[in-house]
Order: sequence, then structure tokens, then C-alpha cells
Amino acid sequence: MTGRPEPTPLALDRGHALELLRQMGLIRRFEEKAAELYSRGKIRGFLHLYIGEEAVAVGAMQALTPEDNVVATYREHGQALARGIPAGSLMAEMYGKANGCSRGRGGSMHFFDVSRRFYGGHAIVAGGLPIAVGLALADALQGRPAITACFFGDGAVAEWEFHESLNLAALWRLPVLFLCENNLYAMGTALAGHQSQPDIRRKGEGYGVAADAVDGMDVVAVEAAARRAAAHVRDGGGPFLLEARTYRFRAHSTADPELYRSRDEVERWKQRDPIALYTARLREGGLAGDADLRAIEASAEDEVAGAVRFAEAGPWEPVEDLARDVYAERA
Amino acid sequence: MSKISYREAIRSALREALQSDPRVFLMGEDVGRYGGAFKVSHGLLEEFGPERVRDTPLSESTFLGAGIGAALGGMRPIVEIMTVNFSLLALDQIVNNAATLRHMSGGQLGVPLVVRMATGGGRQMAAQHSHSLEGWFAHIPGIKIVAPAVPADARGLLLAALRDPDPVLVFEHATLYPVEGEIEDGAPPAEIGQALVRRPGDAVSLITYGGSLGKTLEAAGQLAAAGIEAEVIDLRSLRPLDTRTILDSVAKTHRAVIVDEAWRMCGIAAEVSAQIMEAGFYGLDGPVARVSGADVPMPYAKHMEDAALPQIPAIVAAARELLGHG
Repeated sequence: MTGRPEPTPLALDRGHALELLRQMGLIRRFEEKAAELYSRGKIRGFLHLYIGEEAVAVGAMQALTPEDNVVATYREHGQALARGIPAGSLMAEMYGKANGCSRGRGGSMHFFDVSRRFYGGHAIVAGGLPIAVGLALADALQGRPAITACFFGDGAVAEWEFHESLNLAALWRLPVLFLCENNLYAMGTALAGHQSQPDIRRKGEGYGVAADAVDGMDVVAVEAAARRAAAHVRDGGGPFLLEARTYRFRAHSTADPELYRSRDEVERWKQRDPIALYTARLREGGLAGDADLRAIEASAEDEVAGAVRFAEAGPWEPVEDLARDVYAERA
Repeated sequence: MSKISYREAIRSALREALQSDPRVFLMGEDVGRYGGAFKVSHGLLEEFGPERVRDTPLSESTFLGAGIGAALGGMRPIVEIMTVNFSLLALDQIVNNAATLRHMSGGQLGVPLVVRMATGGGRQMAAQHSHSLEGWFAHIPGIKIVAPAVPADARGLLLAALRDPDPVLVFEHATLYPVEGEIEDGAPPAEIGQALVRRPGDAVSLITYGGSLGKTLEAAGQLAAAGIEAEVIDLRSLRPLDTRTILDSVAKTHRAVIVDEAWRMCGIAAEVSAQIMEAGFYGLDGPVARVSGADVPMPYAKHMEDAALPQIPAIVAAARELLGHG
């Protein structure tokens, strides 16, 4: 992939085409609301927004089945929503409420939903990769025909666990789909400032891991690439490294004054807003009209409003439960 | 009853687990073809095959993390970290993941993972291969720490660890592997969190575990020859810590000496001492004493290493001092 990519042709299934837009729109609206609630003090701790990167989670998640496992990072609102975790349980988690998906124990960085095989929400960079390898190992040993999708950022590529995990997954031919969300910055350090070989896709070669790179601002391209990659993994081809090239429109976290990148650069990338690009293409292709777009926006608005109501109404975990679940309860 | 070595006791527990539970598998560096760095898993690859006895690359963090993931995925992995020194390369997975996932996920996840590792000094392995870090790990809520001192516990505590729904780290003192002991055939798993009185006495409590138990029992023998009956407590589990057994003993003897190989500063002995102070202070006849490792990187030369580790004369002297026989 060099220069500006040609868009991948649109799918013909209108329902699916609109569903992709709905999911991206929901993530965007959910996070805009989260940012607003953060500034009002309703949400505390860290808040890492995914705005700008929505096409990656939504596109990639299309390649997974409910039987597959997902391991994500501390910037996982998008993955959690795309996986189908109710927005209310996520918003409540950020409020720290007991009706949150992790009972208010984890906050924004630690979403868990075992019923949807969503295994976190990991806030040590690259720390989730070995866990994904282990989940895949468990599936392989038990003969479960599932794959494990593991999301991580470009910063994780510098960590030893990235290299060890690619090696081990390839050595044991485990069904892991490694999904690198390359947003060009490891917090505030640009890719060229932390990688001697900034072409992340090429790092698969050293471990015998098949790899590809895709325009992470094109949801259709991400879905197509993720489907190819997942098929490779599912068919016993061993792990796959898919690099999605994307960009974070907002600061790294709520604590980031963004001294490391120019306003111009951010504005240039905003011209490639994955939602705006995709909306325009849907219109051009005759797959969505004004009424569809209004309906999608309204549904996102409703869902987020409902999520806020759910979080506001949620109970606080009793302080007496502080030590609950440090260990399993004695039978 | 039969007499077997600590090494054979662990191997018999591993074999029993592999035979009885299809979810159990063993992985680590050189556990298969090599037979284990300490020959603990010798023969298991041939018996159970490469799917269940898995040689790993030298990737401690990742194969330990893979153990966590496999446990989440329904397996009962046993991860062997060759020695505690190399566990430092896997600290992120142990501290940030294994220990946190149940609580942080609001109780949705559990990590039934067993991690075995050799620990301790005394073999002239110098400063990077002689650590006693089990007390360090005992600092961390969410994991359990056991340290068997005799073959029966090497088997019993490992079987208990495998039944536990939470991560258990088993610290095997490397000098103990060839040591033999009586073991009851078909004995049930030990109980994690239960200390044992290895020698009863009423004059002073000698509290220890793992590789220091032998020296402490020797010291108690020498004290007995001088008419001092020391009670020897084997902690067996550092987290949970059996404070009840410690306090009951100290309430009887009114004196306590804690013996361990770990560095004195912030070691497990300090924690035991604090717990005695908090709950048993008014029963004490004197300050709690510690015979711990010297606060130095472990030297190679034998006489220097000996000087850095707790030795029998020091244990005897500490007990006599408390009794006013210094």
C-alpha cells in the first residue's frame, strides 16, 4: 500500500453497507458523549478516544463469529461496541457503576464481557498479546474451531511481547489474528521515532507470519482484508498480522496537550474521516439517502442517550464488596 | 508410605494430574526433550506426548501469558519457569494480568493457572541465579504463593494448586530436589494457607519455610541438646499466610525467630514479624528476631555465599539470645 489507496469496491448488500455506517456512527457518538461527560466529571481516570479509527474495529469485527475471542487494548470502546456489548453497560462502566460491564472495577480501559468472548481491555502495551496466544492455544487443544482476534497499537510493536507472541503463535501454528492499529503514534512518539523498520507489516516475515496492510480509514477495505486474514487463520494457515493504517483525531488521552504533532497534520487526516468518506460513497453508490442517514444518526443518538440513562441510574458497588473477587469465593 | 525425593514427588503429582485431567498440560523451557532443567519432568514427554508437555522458546512473558490465556480458555496449564530469576521477565503477566483479571473483570474471569519455579541460593550460582523472591510475589493480591519444604508437600501442594480456581505460584527450593522424604501413597492434596508445626516445643517459635526448614530443624535439635525446646513452624504457604498457627505458637512460647533466605529488607520475615506485633505483642517476652539473607547480591565463592545465607549457628544464636542465653 503506497500513497493514497483506491477505495475497495462497495458491497452490494445494502443492509450490511448501512450496518457498517451505523456501527461507526454509534462509536463516534458514544465517544463524543463520553468526552463531554468526562469534562463534566461524570467519567474520571483515563479516557482514550478512538475517534478517527472507527473503520478498523468495525471492519475487522465483521470477520469474526460469536465463537471467536477478542482481546483489545485500553483504547477499546470501538471494539466493544462493534462486538455488540450494550452501550449502556459500557457507559456505566466508565461511570464506575456496578451495572457496568466490569462492575465498575475497570473503567474505560478495562471492558470485559465473557458472554461475548470479549477478554479486555488491557492497559499494559502489548500485554494482551500473550493472552490471545493462550486463548488460541486453548481452542486448538480443545478442538474448538474458533480464532482469536488481538488488537494492539503501533507502540506495542516495540515491546518484546509482540515479538515473542508472533514467534510462539507461528511456531505452534495457532489461530491468532494479530490486528495492529497503526495510528502513527505511540502516545506522543511518531512511528519513525520508535521503529527502525516502520513498515509494520514486514515484521511478520521474520516470524513466518503471513501479513498484509490495509487503509484503516476505509471500512470496506478493512472488512475485506480482515475477512481474507481470518480465512487464512481459520483454514489452519497459522497466525496472520494485519496492519490497519489509521489516525487518531483526538489527543492520546484526556491528559495529552498534543505538543508532538501539528494542527495541519491532524486537519489533513480529518479530510479522510472514515465516516464521512464512507457516507459519501454510500450516497454516490445509491446505497443511502438522506432518510437513511437521518435514521442512522437518530438511532445512535437514542442509543447513547439510553446508555447515559442506564449509567446514571446504575447503583454503586457497596464498599463492603471491595475485596470480593480478589480470589474465587470459597464453595 | 514410601520414600521418594522432592523431585520425584513433583513428577508424580504432574503425572497424576496429566493422567486424571485432560485439561492439564505442562509448558516451559526444556520441560520436554531435555526433561526439565532440574529433571523434574523427565519422561513425561514420552508418556504424554508433545501436545501436553510443550517445550517453549525462551519467552517467559509470552508463555506465561499464554498460560493465562489458556486458563481463561478452559485449560488447566502448568507453566514451569526454570528459576525464579527468570520470572522477572514474566512479571508483567503475573502482576498485571494473572493477579488482576478476576477482580478487574468484576468476577467474570478466573485464572486457574499453576506456575512452578525453582528458587533460592546455596549452589554457588552467584547473583543472577540465587534469588528468593517468593516473599516479593506474596506482596501481590490475586495470586497465591506456596513453598513446599518436604516431598509430601511438593506433591500435595502442587495437587492443591491444580485444584485451585486462582493462580498459584509454587516455589521449589533448588537444593531440595534430591532430598528424600516419606510420602503417604494416595494422600489427598494439601491445604493451601495452612502452616504446620514440624517440631513441637514451648521455649521459642522458629518460623520458616522451604529451603530453610532443614537448617531450622537442625538448629532446633541443637537447642534441644542444650535443654531448649524450640517449636518449628513450616509456613508452606506465604499467601494466604496462616497467621493463626503463628500466633498460637507465639502465644505459647512468647518468643519468635523468623528464618528465611530472602533479603532482610522488606522480606517476608518483616511481614510475619509485623503480624506478630499487631496481634501477639502482649504475649511476647522479647522482640521478634529475624535470621534472613544478607542484603547483598549473592556472591559466588562458597565461604562468601555461606555468609550471605542463614546458617544453623545463627539460628541457634538468635534463639539463645531471646532466651537470655546469649
